[in-house]
Amino acid sequence: MIKKTGFYFLLALTLLYCAGPLLWQFITSLKPDHELVMIPPILPESPTVDHYVSIFKGHPLMRIILNSTVVASFTTVLSLIIGSLAAFGLAKLKVRYKALILGFVLSVSMFPPIATISPLYIIIRTLGLRDTWLALIITYTTFSLPLSIWVLTNFFREVPDEIYLAARVDGCTPFQAFYKIILPLSAPGFVTTAILVFIFSWNEFLFALTFTSTTASRTIPVGIALFPGIHEVPWGDIAAASIVVTIPLIILVFAFQRRIIEGLTAGAVKG
Amino acid sequence: MAEIRFERVKKVFGDVTVIKGLDLTINGGEFFTFVGPSGCGKSTILNMIAGLEPTTEGKIYFGDVLVNDLSPKERDVAMVFQSYALYPHMSVYENIAFPLRMKKAPRETVDIEVRRVASTIGLESLLHRRPKELSGGQRQRVALGRAIIRRPKVFLMDEPLSNLDARLRVETRAELKRLHQELKITTVYVTHDQAEAMSLSDRIAVIHQGEIQQCDTPREVYLRPSNTFVAGFIGSPPMNFVPASVKKREPLEIICNGVILSPRVGNPVEGERLTIGIRPEDVTISDTEADIEVTVVLTESAGSFKWADVLWNNVRIRGISDIQLDMKAGNKAFMRFPRDKVVAFDAESKRRI
Repeated sequence: MIKKTGFYFLLALTLLYCAGPLLWQFITSLKPDHELVMIPPILPESPTVDHYVSIFKGHPLMRIILNSTVVASFTTVLSLIIGSLAAFGLAKLKVRYKALILGFVLSVSMFPPIATISPLYIIIRTLGLRDTWLALIITYTTFSLPLSIWVLTNFFREVPDEIYLAARVDGCTPFQAFYKIILPLSAPGFVTTAILVFIFSWNEFLFALTFTSTTASRTIPVGIALFPGIHEVPWGDIAAASIVVTIPLIILVFAFQRRIIEGLTAGAVKG
Repeated sequence: MAEIRFERVKKVFGDVTVIKGLDLTINGGEFFTFVGPSGCGKSTILNMIAGLEPTTEGKIYFGDVLVNDLSPKERDVAMVFQSYALYPHMSVYENIAFPLRMKKAPRETVDIEVRRVASTIGLESLLHRRPKELSGGQRQRVALGRAIIRRPKVFLMDEPLSNLDARLRVETRAELKRLHQELKITTVYVTHDQAEAMSLSDRIAVIHQGEIQQCDTPREVYLRPSNTFVAGFIGSPPMNFVPASVKKREPLEIICNGVILSPRVGNPVEGERLTIGIRPEDVTISDTEADIEVTVVLTESAGSFKWADVLWNNVRIRGISDIQLDMKAGNKAFMRFPRDKVVAFDAESKRRI
């Protein structure tokens, strides 16, 4: 009994710790302006949906959501296509120096973004891609590839070699074996990676801030941070907008949760 | 019906030479088995035939066609794997149909063929199931079905029975034999189980450390093993070995642990040190007086008879004794074996003489 209570107590504590900032943001979004910087009250005394109305009226929220959706979707698709092909090679084909290649790929993500941002900015400007979706899609794809390749390589490795070899003997070229057999069997890994890459692109701030200059390409984090206020930072609107843009992510994760957990390979080989 | 020919085939992985030089012809329509302990290189041979593994040196022919540079698809082989390797996201029907679909066979042909194969191996009622809903034996049959559906030139089997339980293994063994007699497709089989090799094959090749030790019919390999490795590996329980030496040449007299033997063997030199091999199933241990006295070490019931391990002048021998006979460890007993039914090996080279 004590054990169980302790477990739920710890669970609640962890949950509060993780969800705390989001919860606070939610509370803030419901407070009228004059209550925003006051504690107490912790909970709004006269809750209001004013902020939720004003973000759609006073700010180009729909446009920046569109920008983010396009950028994150294209990044995810590109990163998965390139990443899965690379991962297939590393997991199932005879490639020399696999460990070295994987290490090298990982090293890409070791550079702090701030260190690479000036050269990247120059490249983007030279290519004439400033303030475009493409600038962000290319950058995000590059920086999410190590993640995609690593996660997918591990998922592909879990498909038994004999299944791949069986497909080869049954008349598949390596590429056919990849998309007819390995890919469907790694669907959970694919979905997991897709969600991770999508969230990364959805939330990225530094590159988005640097490469965009107008609402033509500005993504959500930058768009929200740059909400114009008249005499002060519009915390209420920012909070409301943050809540709104988190909803798609939550829906995404819940929608695919079962897919992520599902073990498709059960029964493939003995056992 | 394709003949498979190896010409000086070598396989090296890194620093390790797995196959040292294979010269061999597997006849068209033959059931040929590579048998050997784990890690002897037999699966590598199979993968080289399938085209899943390139040869380091040498040539492989199917009939007159050099297949070294052909992909598995172009070689037209089918393979059954130890782990079945079914496609878990497809139904039994789709699993069996897969090789034909890859050949872009018309839908009606695929359907007819799948149903024909399913009835041959008794899977008609399971076609809509997924592999994970099947028992081990059923999965094995799906793997077989997938292999036979496109009537390949060559059938490759990599320890297909070792994941099955004992009863199912014997059943499936008979099934394989029946299928081979029906289809008459060249079959190359790999196993570490000598009993499987003996019962299925037209010919077997015993592999050890990347080399063929002996390649012959099961009967020849059993009766005339070419060296002590083959003698110890083929037959269960393994052959008894007793040190001996040549006492006289004309007529031949071999002193074997104090007993004089004169088997029909080749041409030993006087004084040559030998190893005499005696099959356990040829040795009788009993309490009836005979010239070889032994001490019982342990006995093991095998149903209709008992295996008895005895000490004969410090050499441990296994033989057969009557199930009724009550023998305990430490008891005295007597041993008999047909003196001409032994094989002799040179103690130095380990080769049969």
